[in-house]
Amino acid sequence: MTEQAMIRAVDLHKHFGPVEVLKGVSLDVNKGEVIAVIGPSGSGKSTFLRCLIHLETIHRGTIEIEGETLVSTDAGGHCHYAPDADIRRICGKMGMVFQHFNLFPHLTVLQNIIEAPMTVKGMSRDEIVPTAEALLKKVGLFDKRDVFPSRLSGGQKQRVAIARALAMAPDILLFDEPTSALDPELTGEVLRTMRELAEEHMTMVVVTHEMAFAREVASRVIFMDGGNIVEERPAQEFFAAPEHPRTRAFLENML
Amino acid sequence: MNYVLDILPPLLEGTGVTLQVFAITLVLSIPLGLALALLRISRFGFVSGLVNGYIWLMRGTPLMLQMLFIYFALPFVPVIGIRLPDFPAAIMAFVLNYAAYFAEIFRAGILSIDRGQYEGARVLGFTYPQTMRRIVLPQVIKRILPPMSNETITLVKDTSLIYVLAMNDLLRAARGIVQRDFSTTPFVVAAAFYLIMTLVLTYGFQRLEKKYAVYD
Ligand SMILES: Nc1ncnc2c1ncn2[C@@H]1O[C@H](COP(=O)(O)OP(=O)(O)O)[C@@H](O)[C@H]1O
Ligand SMILES: [Mg+2]
Repeated sequence: MTEQAMIRAVDLHKHFGPVEVLKGVSLDVNKGEVIAVIGPSGSGKSTFLRCLIHLETIHRGTIEIEGETLVSTDAGGHCHYAPDADIRRICGKMGMVFQHFNLFPHLTVLQNIIEAPMTVKGMSRDEIVPTAEALLKKVGLFDKRDVFPSRLSGGQKQRVAIARALAMAPDILLFDEPTSALDPELTGEVLRTMRELAEEHMTMVVVTHEMAFAREVASRVIFMDGGNIVEERPAQEFFAAPEHPRTRAFLENML
Repeated sequence: MNYVLDILPPLLEGTGVTLQVFAITLVLSIPLGLALALLRISRFGFVSGLVNGYIWLMRGTPLMLQMLFIYFALPFVPVIGIRLPDFPAAIMAFVLNYAAYFAEIFRAGILSIDRGQYEGARVLGFTYPQTMRRIVLPQVIKRILPPMSNETITLVKDTSLIYVLAMNDLLRAARGIVQRDFSTTPFVVAAAFYLIMTLVLTYGFQRLEKKYAVYD
């Protein structure tokens, strides 16, 4: 079996009006890898993730997901996105977890999880409910099955959001600062869930400020600054001996 | 008291007309209002502008004028000129007018939904129509209940405008009896009828609001 990258991003460029936010970001993510993306606020981390799953469009570059081209750029510098139906299928291989959870407030925890499999995949309730319940047990929230999100703590909400993403059986999970909106004492339960996913070899790209998590769980660490990837190394090396001065300055600030 | 019982049958008949106008208007103008709202917020600038102009026209001119126009002037408009009997003409005016108000309520409701809801749905693979139907609109309904309650109660009272087309609604029935009997009692009874109708509506909306409050 040939080793095919789960995500292949080449030379991504993105600007908002005159503001250049991604200035040629490239990254390959292999199966089972956990990539931690760190960097100062405003460096383009969220934008990068959002481009991968087509919440934002790029202006130049190539994105391939499991060998399928989401967007490519021709020699003339023009970007070509796949047709809508293909985009939906390709992005369906990924799930995303947001800083602010984005749970559906009018649906109970269980309904939040089964809604997409039923509406998007056309699964029957009977088919998906056992899966959803298993996922709820996995994230330790089975007893919250019939509760509305407003009754949950931030940590519980985020674990429901993870279960909701998993219910679509994605091959890749993207996390955009999943613990940044949480009280410090609630980050642990979410990080634990993510750690378990990593142990099950889920492919993950995680934008985070949790350096301990990055060090212990990530296989590789990406440091972004000013719309570029400044440094990219295996996690152990990255923290043991950061090479770039800006990386060092950033890490010193974090500790 | 006997007198009140005597005048009840014609007043009840008038109430029937009032309720018909009310119910038919509601049933037709809510979906139309929703459609207009969706067009208004759509990416298609031309369509959105057109709808915007329509809403401006409908909210910027008196409902009575619109009704008179549809009944008396529409037959003489080239191409679309049709002569409608009084009841359909009244319904048409009410529906076109109320749809514009409902469209603005729906639009405000839809725009009040957090962008994160769309993004959350999008990364799960929802299409735009699926997102609207399953995620956004159910939340919009809850948020627009208070303004919808207001408009609906206004509609009950606005139905009395059909008297200009000489239709025998509750108010016109009452006025007829007042003129015949030189007694103002029919007005009092009619007022009581309107109050009962708005009371039922208020109660209904309160029940709905309570029902939707479960997920707060
Ligand atoms: N929708 C947007 N419109 C305009 N500017 C944006 C938008 N989203 C992000 N930006 C800008 O892009 C830059 C990178 O933002 P972001 O990717 O959110 O950074 P990070 O996640 O690393 O904090 C910031 O300067 C931000 O202000
Ligand atoms: Mg960010």
